Amino acid sequence: MGTSLELGFNFWITLLFIALMMGVLQGTCAYLILAERKISAWAQDRLGPNRVGPWGLLQPIADGIKFLLKEDIIPDHVDKLFYLLAPCIAVSTALLAFAVVPFGPTTPPPVLLDYRQVPPQAVWPQTVEEEKAVLEADREHAKRTNDKTYEEKLKEYNDTIQFVIAPHVNIGIVFNFAVGSLAVYGVLLGGWSSNDKYSMLGGLRSSAQLISYEIPMGLSVLGVLAVTGSLNLETIIDYQVKHGWNVFYQPLAALLFITSVFAECNRLPFDLPEAEQELVGGYHTEYSAMKFALFFLGEYTHMITTSFLIAILFFGGWHFPGTNALSGVGGILVKLIVIAAKMVLFIIFFMLIRWTLPRFRFDQLMGLTWKVLLPLALVNIVCVIIIKQFHLSEWLLLPLSLGTLFLVAGLALYMPRQRPRAPIRLAAHVASGPPAVLQDHEIID
Amino acid sequence: MPIADSDVKWVTAPKIGLMEQLYLPAIFEGLQTTVRHTAKTLFGDGAVTQQYPEVEPKLPPNYRGVHRLNRDEQGRVKCVACYMCSTACPAHCIDIVAAPSPWPDREKYPETFVIDELRCIYCGMCEQACPVDAIELTTLYDLTGLSREELMFDKEKLLSVFDETVKAGTDPIRTRAGRLSVASELPVDVGLTNSSSAQS
Repeated sequence: MGTSLELGFNFWITLLFIALMMGVLQGTCAYLILAERKISAWAQDRLGPNRVGPWGLLQPIADGIKFLLKEDIIPDHVDKLFYLLAPCIAVSTALLAFAVVPFGPTTPPPVLLDYRQVPPQAVWPQTVEEEKAVLEADREHAKRTNDKTYEEKLKEYNDTIQFVIAPHVNIGIVFNFAVGSLAVYGVLLGGWSSNDKYSMLGGLRSSAQLISYEIPMGLSVLGVLAVTGSLNLETIIDYQVKHGWNVFYQPLAALLFITSVFAECNRLPFDLPEAEQELVGGYHTEYSAMKFALFFLGEYTHMITTSFLIAILFFGGWHFPGTNALSGVGGILVKLIVIAAKMVLFIIFFMLIRWTLPRFRFDQLMGLTWKVLLPLALVNIVCVIIIKQFHLSEWLLLPLSLGTLFLVAGLALYMPRQRPRAPIRLAAHVASGPPAVLQDHEIID
Repeated sequence: MPIADSDVKWVTAPKIGLMEQLYLPAIFEGLQTTVRHTAKTLFGDGAVTQQYPEVEPKLPPNYRGVHRLNRDEQGRVKCVACYMCSTACPAHCIDIVAAPSPWPDREKYPETFVIDELRCIYCGMCEQACPVDAIELTTLYDLTGLSREELMFDKEKLLSVFDETVKAGTDPIRTRAGRLSVASELPVDVGLTNSSSAQS
């Protein structure tokens, strides 16, 4: 393939973005911990940390210094290799998963269409001759329709700064899920190599939970991908810029995705891997100092990434009505702020939910994903496929999506209830037995 | 023997409607509560936090802090060295050496009176045991010292606590003849403050 057709990327800009995002992510993580503590405090009518610096703003720096200077204890009874490997995996996978996530304005990479066919299809020429022929057809088509040729579009794309570390990765979302899911190894290895029952339980809970919730998470995204026709996150944003945010078409998918994301990030109400009250600390019980901090860093980076993903997949990414026409530095800045604001909003939502819902029991957790989220996600995909197959209006998805939700809830009402497992103990001891009205119902004694 | 019907209250599990089955309205309702509290603390004056070193807590008058030895109207120590307090003390932290009183109105007076503030459990039983309202617990709570010896409070120190707390107005002279101290009364005056309401 000729070099002129390569989708390029500027090496120096990419390097700058990597350095920038490493710094920004770590700084954001540090301040997210402060935000977490502050919001926890406010929700509980407290003030939160306010001693280090004004409003406690220097608290993360104090925390960081503490983490760095603390004695780094490696207990004797651990499996040293995996014990050391676990936090590295946790943090590196989280950072790596961020590579394909746009954090600012992007443009979709142009697609080369073969106009010799009717209807024209995307093509990736394998030989020089084929390439020449395809480009020739493309130029002719451009002349006829007064459009830009592929080469012009390509040049335009290559000259625009793409606010994503790795631009035009065609498997974008798959890469993100694949690498992000590797984080479970960090948790599992940490729990197992600690050689300690509580850590082990935390690790086991985590592996079961993360693997289960990945399924509805992937399935809920599938609907979006089917509508967009691309795995590339830049193209998904572009689609929403043109057609409206996905959340308006597929609110059910958005709901399922957000729910799964809570579980993937080990956030309440799904924070069983690190339920302090039950497991001392969870999988990181045996970790101290910087290694503990690395687990935290990985977790919060994961939170940032998934918050970006919610914004990108369902809430239009950097798009906000009225800001689309803005160009130049101002436009870039506005779009950066829009997507950052969306991300922060979702993180605040995560934190508020934490103080709203109590933790699930483990069987309830598994029941929710396998019996509720998974079937709902499947129904959602079927709806999308029907719409696509029969070329119906995409707006039909909205009532279908909401209708599914209500229908399933309604059906659940009429499902036969499980008999109470405990025998009705009191009834035998009461003079006249339970009243007739209560015979069929669950009796709470 | 079966339980009488009148003692049994049968409760049915509440019926779940469509809205409850959806869970989302309930989650939204819960979020409202969380947000209300957050906003109240953030923008209003809702925080219950006391900024301790800057703002001193308001303690009720029956708070059991550091002890003091009360003086009478003539500035003498009220104590008559009867050993009731040290006998009542469950922590054995009061050490009294009695001597014949130099004053005509009593038989004995404490030559030394030492309370080990580190050993004390601040139960207030000395206060209750005292027949002449000579020993009282004050609202001083921030007791610190650099050594164990420093916190062995002797008679002079305990009398100076009385002088300080009376002067500061935090613990006014509370005991009057025929009436026990405020320490034995309810924090809020609800009209029960006669002698009959005292610990009996």
